[in-house]
Amino acid sequence: MILCLVEHDRGTPDEASLQALAFARRYADGGPVHALAVGLEPAGLDEHGVSTLHVAEHDAFGAYAPAAVSQAVVALLERLAPTAVVAAGTERGNEVLAHVAARTGLPLAANCIAATPGEPVSVTRVRWGGSLLEDALVHGPVALLTVQPHAVPAEPAPVRAPAVERFTPELSEQDLAVRVSEHVDAVEGGISLAEAKVVVSGGRGVGGEAGFGPLEELAALLGGAVGCSRAVTSAGWRPHADQVGQTGTKVAPELYIACGISGATQHVAGLKGAKTLLAINSDPEAPIFGHADYAVVGDLHEIVPAIVEELRR
Amino acid sequence: MNVLVCVKRVPMTGGRIVLTPDEQAIETRHLGFTISPHEECGVEEAVRIVEREGGAVTVLTLGVADAEEQLRDAMAIGADRGVLLETDGEEWEPGETARAIVEAVERDRAGGTAYDLLVFGNESADAGNFQVGIRVAYALGLPVVTGLKGLAVENGRARCEREVPGGREVVDVALPAVVTVKEGINLPRYPSVPGRLRAKKKPLDVVRPDRAATEAARLQKVRLHVPEGQGKEAVVLGHGPAAAPAVAEVIRQLGLAP
Ligand SMILES: Cc1cc2nc3c(=O)[nH]c(=O)nc-3n(C[C@H](O)[C@H](O)[C@H](O)COP(=O)(O)OP(=O)(O)OC[C@H]3O[C@@H](n4cnc5c(N)ncnc54)[C@H](O)[C@@H]3O)c2cc1C
Ligand SMILES: Nc1ncnc2c1ncn2[C@@H]1O[C@H](COP(=O)(O)O)[C@@H](O)[C@H]1O
Repeated sequence: MILCLVEHDRGTPDEASLQALAFARRYADGGPVHALAVGLEPAGLDEHGVSTLHVAEHDAFGAYAPAAVSQAVVALLERLAPTAVVAAGTERGNEVLAHVAARTGLPLAANCIAATPGEPVSVTRVRWGGSLLEDALVHGPVALLTVQPHAVPAEPAPVRAPAVERFTPELSEQDLAVRVSEHVDAVEGGISLAEAKVVVSGGRGVGGEAGFGPLEELAALLGGAVGCSRAVTSAGWRPHADQVGQTGTKVAPELYIACGISGATQHVAGLKGAKTLLAINSDPEAPIFGHADYAVVGDLHEIVPAIVEELRR
Repeated sequence: MNVLVCVKRVPMTGGRIVLTPDEQAIETRHLGFTISPHEECGVEEAVRIVEREGGAVTVLTLGVADAEEQLRDAMAIGADRGVLLETDGEEWEPGETARAIVEAVERDRAGGTAYDLLVFGNESADAGNFQVGIRVAYALGLPVVTGLKGLAVENGRARCEREVPGGREVVDVALPAVVTVKEGINLPRYPSVPGRLRAKKKPLDVVRPDRAATEAARLQKVRLHVPEGQGKEAVVLGHGPAAAPAVAEVIRQLGLAP
């Protein structure tokens, strides 16, 4: 039996968790997949091959407390003895399973794209934010696995309403020592980088804060957002919120325009979801061209304004 | 305030990753080394806290002897002391790494330095296991808050902020505690020349940790490989501003033109 943690937003399961369920189903190979949801019963799991849905209920689950969620997982783990526990490779999924790993001493393989049961379990997982893959073995009585988002489609399974079982885990004071106490709303700041259809991104080649003017103009014209490389944020030209890459934002636009960006693997790790990549660079040998669909060679300070002018015609 | 920051030496890979013939590691003969930007921000955050609250910052790494370079870099921006848990170069799995860090923390406590705050990266740059900090916290019986984009330490408590869709969530926790941080929590300073000179003279403890291998429960690397789908042939639309009409045409064909 495989146990899969399902994250949800007030009852609507997260896409990444549905992908984790598809991964769990494939791993279970016809065997039962149980799901665990915390707080309340999520809707719409009928098409995702869950045989039993466990709903952990507790007054404390109104605010996120990672240790408390992990205690719910551990309680089920002890009662049901699954061979693997799967969660989405999201911030919370990775966090909760790391808590489970620390509580139980079990091994955790984060951000897997494939897994084959066995003793040991074989997995392929991502490293360097997706620039490198690792084949690894997970030795232990139970494998804890998180699933790299977007690696496995959340394909639906034959419709079957899961049996629902509610339980109340016993939580200690320590389980609630770290618990969200407050939310601060973001100041509305235009189109979000993560969701923009067009991203116009600048690197060190832009030369300075002021150099971003024409990129802003192009982005505004296309209804897109401005992004940048780490060279730019490190220099203080743009805030870190604009950084695309392994330690910045992961983007998935229809079109990504990289201006004066060399194409370091850590930058490219952030734009794997882009459908079309256009690179503008003065160096014809720049590595970014090896990832691009379209290339323009030359000085971005001349090219970007010329594109703006052409589009305005 | 005694603050510990844990950092990991990793290669600076540039535009293309080349593996060693045994597929166990990245070919580093022509590469420099660094630490994760998350960890760099962790060092900066620790230094700022100690500048305000008083105390000392210890920076720790588990790695090869040459990882002293990354400890000295951290000292150059203000860390006071280094701990090098020296290994022969083979990568340790996350459970083993956590155990060695816990032993080092307990050794320091026995020696009179008890840490109020332990700072980790949210995830290491190369392995991305998302777990060493959390494992250390549990082994020490401490609370742990991950993925911080904001931190304020005052009166023995830490106000921690992390980003969630639509804003930030706040967690308030009593010290001692473990935190894991993300790039963007601050903008790290560049080391000054006097800072670099001072760093050379700061104390460094070198310890060879026992590798208490737990065969029964562990993650074992078999091989690395580069994902497929790299090395595309880009369509060259032109050189210089003369390419603008062709670019505009592509944008129109994608249905994205204004
Ligand atoms: C663990 C780790 C995580 C990292 N995370 C990130 C991340 O999240 N995001 C990120 O971006 N980086 C990240 N980096 C840094 C990354 O390795 C590179 O250092 C960075 O992406 C380089 O930025 P750049 O391309 O702007 O600068 P450079 O590499 O300096 O490239 C500048 C480019 O501009 C071109 N150019 C110069 N002038 C012009 C001109 N006038 N017109 C046109 N082209 C011009 C040059 O030919 C060159 O190709 C990370 C590094 C590490 C080690
Ligand atoms: N070899 C190491 N030496 C020191 N700290 C480490 C090491 N490996 C991991 N860490 C710390 O643990 C964090 C999380 O690592 P990981 O669990 O591998 O993603 C890193 O950002 C570091 O702060």
